[in-house]
Amino acid sequence: MGKVKKSPWVLHYDGSSCNGCDIEVLACLTPVYDAERFGIINTGDPLQADIFLITGGINTQNKAVVEQLYDQMPRPKVVVAVGTCACTGGIFKECYNILGGADTTVPVDIYVPGCAARPQAIIDGLIQAIELFQKRSDKHDKIERRHKEEEERKAHDKVSGK
Amino acid sequence: MSIKAVISVIMYILLAPVAGGLMEGLDRKLSARMQGRIGPPILQPFYDLRKLMNKQVISVSVLQSSLLLCYLALMIFTGAIFFAGSDILMCLFVLTTASTFMYFAAVVTSSPYNTIASSRELIQIMTYEPAVLMAGVGFYLVAGTFSVAKIASSSTVMLTRMPGLFASFVLILLIKMRKSPFDVSTSHHAHQELVMGVKTEMGAQNLAIFTITEWYENAFLMGIVALFVVTSNPLSFVGAALLCAAVFFFLVLADNACARVKWGQMLKMTWLFTFFASGVNLLILMLIR
Ligand code: SF4
Repeated sequence: MGKVKKSPWVLHYDGSSCNGCDIEVLACLTPVYDAERFGIINTGDPLQADIFLITGGINTQNKAVVEQLYDQMPRPKVVVAVGTCACTGGIFKECYNILGGADTTVPVDIYVPGCAARPQAIIDGLIQAIELFQKRSDKHDKIERRHKEEEERKAHDKVSGK
Repeated sequence: MSIKAVISVIMYILLAPVAGGLMEGLDRKLSARMQGRIGPPILQPFYDLRKLMNKQVISVSVLQSSLLLCYLALMIFTGAIFFAGSDILMCLFVLTTASTFMYFAAVVTSSPYNTIASSRELIQIMTYEPAVLMAGVGFYLVAGTFSVAKIASSSTVMLTRMPGLFASFVLILLIKMRKSPFDVSTSHHAHQELVMGVKTEMGAQNLAIFTITEWYENAFLMGIVALFVVTSNPLSFVGAALLCAAVFFFLVLADNACARVKWGQMLKMTWLFTFFASGVNLLILMLIR
């Protein structure tokens, strides 16, 4: 129904990254790249976020946190893994506490490779995430509409005594 | 109520959210330019609102939505009293009641971020209330009435008689509009140490209601700023528009130039300024008639 892609709010979570990718994510918000041009806001609140951006791999301690953040985000939502660590586990892959990339815990939609991922690549990934966000929102609306119609039909049936 | 009052109330109810939204868009654009960025489109706040209405609603507390709706209703009522030209003191009291509902809407969720932020919200109310009430009394002392319609049609420009009261009113606008250095309970921009402060547990439609209420509030506050200049002379409306623009620019500039202070500093700075600027101004008004 509505066009939602003009207002994608991003929740940035730093898994077990080396902070290289996080600096690049923040660089996207600086005057040089200015991601706010697209209406992107770096929000800290999962309840208000549309895009879940994860940097760094998942370890045994932050697995529960990532799961909870994902669950707290209202639908429709999109997950973006930024950097090789978040995609596959990267150079930390063999560490005793690392489970692997973000997709070991939450369903990742967009993978942005690079060590560290460049701001251009991150913005490109976000733009793809925005398109997906719009698509999911349309689908979400359709399902909602179907639910409503079904409920109306049920109410109607009840009234007409079927 | 005259026809004119009815028309201006309807205009307020219809146009205030538009004006408030445009103000926010302009604010974000202006802030971006001050930081050397391109910034989002001016209509961005409306895009955000449309998106929020299309998201899944997750309510942390069943009471939250109804409390937020009360907040919205009371805020519209505040503006309606003002633009109907009725009692300004009444209007300021209803404004405070509205803020209290905002506090309850935040505190019912019992999340730790909200609990801290809502107690800061109460401190904010305590901080700005003296300046607001003193401005109301100031209007009475100059115009001899609390009626907004009569104040707006008097022959004196209020600003010339109450500069101190005006200065402290502009200072507390920083708190009311959630601008740095006084955005302690929730920030207008991005996130802060309390995540989103009182807005933390508001998502989707609830956040949309909150945002619209803020727009109503900001439009109404600009109305009070205009009241400092509006007289029976129709040309004064131009002056009022210029003053509102200047105040708005000052607020955005302060927001970008200042860091957030602690609540204690906010209270001290604001009260000191209010008691000196507003207090001296009131004394002069009372002694020299
Ligand atoms: S991908 Fe490279 S830069 Fe990014 S978090 Fe991993 S090691 Fe650091």
